[in-house]
Amino acid sequence: MGRKLLLDKAHIEGIRYYDVYRKNGGYAAAEKALKSMSPDLVTEEVKKSGLRGRGGAGFPTGLKWSFLAKPEGVPRYLVCNADESEPGTFKDRYLMEFIPHLLIEGLLISSFALGANTTYIYIRGEYAWIPDILEEAISDARKNGWLGKNIQGSGFDLEIYVQRGAGAYICGEETALIESLEGKRGNPRIKPPFPAVKGLWQCPTVVNNVETLAAVVPIINIGGDEYAKYGTGKSTGTKLISACGNLNKPGVYEIDMNISVEEFIYSDEYCGGIPNGKRLKACIPGGSSVPILPANLLLKTAKGEQRMMTYESLNDGGFASGSMMGSGGFIVLDEDQCVVRHTMSLARFYHHESCGQCSPCREGTGWMKKVLLNIENGKGKESDIDLLWDIQRRIEGNTICPLGDAAAWPVAAAIRHFRDEFEWHVRYPEEAVKRNFGLAHYADPLPEAAPVATA
Amino acid sequence: MQSFRTMAEEKKLFKVTIDNIPVEVEPGTTILNAARMIGGDVVPPAMCYYSKLQGSGGKCRTCLVKVSKGSDADPRPMPKLVASCRTTVMDGMEVANITSPEVLDARKGVVEFLLLNHPLDCPVCDQAGECDLQDLSYEHGVSSTRYEFKRRTFDKIDIGDHIKLHMTRCILCYRCVFTADQLTNKRDHGILGRGDASEISTYIQNSLDSDFIGNVIDVCPVGALTDRTARFKNRVWFLKPVDAHCSCDKCSGKAVLWMRGDEIFRVTARKDKYGEVEEFICDTCRFERKDVKDWVIEGPRNISRHSVISQGHYVGVHKPQETIANVMDGRAPRLLMDIHTVSEVNMPVVDLSKIDGPAHSNDFPKNNGAQ
Repeated sequence: MGRKLLLDKAHIEGIRYYDVYRKNGGYAAAEKALKSMSPDLVTEEVKKSGLRGRGGAGFPTGLKWSFLAKPEGVPRYLVCNADESEPGTFKDRYLMEFIPHLLIEGLLISSFALGANTTYIYIRGEYAWIPDILEEAISDARKNGWLGKNIQGSGFDLEIYVQRGAGAYICGEETALIESLEGKRGNPRIKPPFPAVKGLWQCPTVVNNVETLAAVVPIINIGGDEYAKYGTGKSTGTKLISACGNLNKPGVYEIDMNISVEEFIYSDEYCGGIPNGKRLKACIPGGSSVPILPANLLLKTAKGEQRMMTYESLNDGGFASGSMMGSGGFIVLDEDQCVVRHTMSLARFYHHESCGQCSPCREGTGWMKKVLLNIENGKGKESDIDLLWDIQRRIEGNTICPLGDAAAWPVAAAIRHFRDEFEWHVRYPEEAVKRNFGLAHYADPLPEAAPVATA
Repeated sequence: MQSFRTMAEEKKLFKVTIDNIPVEVEPGTTILNAARMIGGDVVPPAMCYYSKLQGSGGKCRTCLVKVSKGSDADPRPMPKLVASCRTTVMDGMEVANITSPEVLDARKGVVEFLLLNHPLDCPVCDQAGECDLQDLSYEHGVSSTRYEFKRRTFDKIDIGDHIKLHMTRCILCYRCVFTADQLTNKRDHGILGRGDASEISTYIQNSLDSDFIGNVIDVCPVGALTDRTARFKNRVWFLKPVDAHCSCDKCSGKAVLWMRGDEIFRVTARKDKYGEVEEFICDTCRFERKDVKDWVIEGPRNISRHSVISQGHYVGVHKPQETIANVMDGRAPRLLMDIHTVSEVNMPVVDLSKIDGPAHSNDFPKNNGAQ
């Protein structure tokens, strides 16, 4: 059995409620931090743990905290990014829904370390029921002296507010999230200045993911050095993976990051293999924005080593044969799945979610979607594949925020690894159309001027 | 006095090199403004940046440049192209603009994206001749499009008595939003929708009637916002621009009158060489003072030879500096063919702009200037 740090108490009935959580060791880490540690010592423990941000970018958390500007007389803020909107990623939802006090405790310790007296949880609009769970947990924590003025006699004050987003994917990007939190249109800000210097209300701000903040609790409980013994290399601790797609046992798993991708997919402890004994075709290992990997490159790295569920191993080889750990949204495709259709579906998502602020993303995502729709509908031309490649190339790296990259990478990787499938679609359009049994789902009007390709 | 001079001498300037041309600028200067201090072709184009508007820039991505050396302290290159209008310089920074094929390629891509949904209705557009997008496409774009889908279209809207919004032409540079936000006392327009479905709109089609709202017309880089009192009345290059002023209690009263004979067709603010308004003018000057008696005429407006508006107006000609020689460390470009040699006309020894009145055959030497 893999070791667990976040979900070790998930099986306990009623763990969602304060009394049960407290009875099972809850708020011990907060107590330890507030009563026996200084804020700097907490940050030091987080640095020692090697914890990397669990939202997708994987930036070292302790280092990020140490960048926080601390001018006199200016408030600092901690913002919890719970805007989990990426297709295939649903791990934070599990934490907030089933163990909300773990997040509250993590927020309390992190706020103490950062010297923030106000903390916001910015939660995705579509998670309609979870804010109520969080509000209840916050209320219970306050009743028991874990929030408000002079918490547990430590002299530290903290208020946590839950803010519901309106359901825009871009509001998961930290600066767009801050804009939205300030009541403005959720457009990303141009960096610098970074939020650590000028964030919410122009004050120093740290934005961390739900899982990252929850992981602070076990770090304080067991110590940074002990936490770093979990996992391997630069991927320390445990990681929540939301596995979906063609798997026998999709779900949210907490893994110790020293298992292989093969073990994660096929072992009974985790996903239990592919349904109906079908073969593995490909996998998007880190949420929909990361490059897709074909089966042969998924199980072995570019160096021929076994690919592990770690940041380093999944990055191996750059984009030519690597991908990213991302947010941990593990999407598996079996041999019957059409990569072109999946790519089109993703392009459609990113086009819909582009904020429209910068021209390459605003115009390019829509163009890619239309070309992919053509190819998928048997109206594509062979030159469309190169055109797609060119469009994504000109979006990538040229936009204000990473949404442009997120839209470009899936298309680039799909063409790189599955070009033959794209070519099949444009050479045999009738066959491609026959496979479109579910196309009615895509309600977009089809492009008018596109000529039908001939075989 | 002594200490004052010492303080001034101690003011540290950052040395930056843009396309091999060094320049010293104050800390906090953006790459774009440092390039503007050099001038010429090394200045990156800008569709959304407007020095007079706070917070503008960074959106259109036309000003992307390559930072090949971050600074003397940290010489690592920046991993991606950066928006020069929003990136400040560091001491020892080296920037490549027109000398970087990567930048030129990215810019070509941006032009293509900007033109994806922008109609090429230049012949009937009132912005023609003054359109930044037209200039950008001419200099950095390609002659054909690869886009074969239906373009985005919108109905034209009258936003108030004086301004027409033709959203179909808009490239969402946000300049007008910043103008309305920063110049007028109430904000009643902005961006609705997202992605390529975004549009500039007033809240539920209100009119825009603040005292300075007419400036949104001047800041618009394309023909999306036009002057309803002037549109379709004349082509801009048929009009003679003159500097004029009036005594106005709301603004400086310094404007440009666009005249034909004694008739004023339109009034605009004065723009600098980067096409940016020098001083914003009020709506009364812009829309209501259309009589010559309202103004004190200062003289003809200097118009860059770059612009089609300069056709027939040879006053105060500003010749562009020779950039190629500068960026190539003084080396002149090797010409494969000199058009003068081939055509045997218009030899460089004759400076047309210095001839008083129209050129005559007597102005050209018999041997056509051949040395």
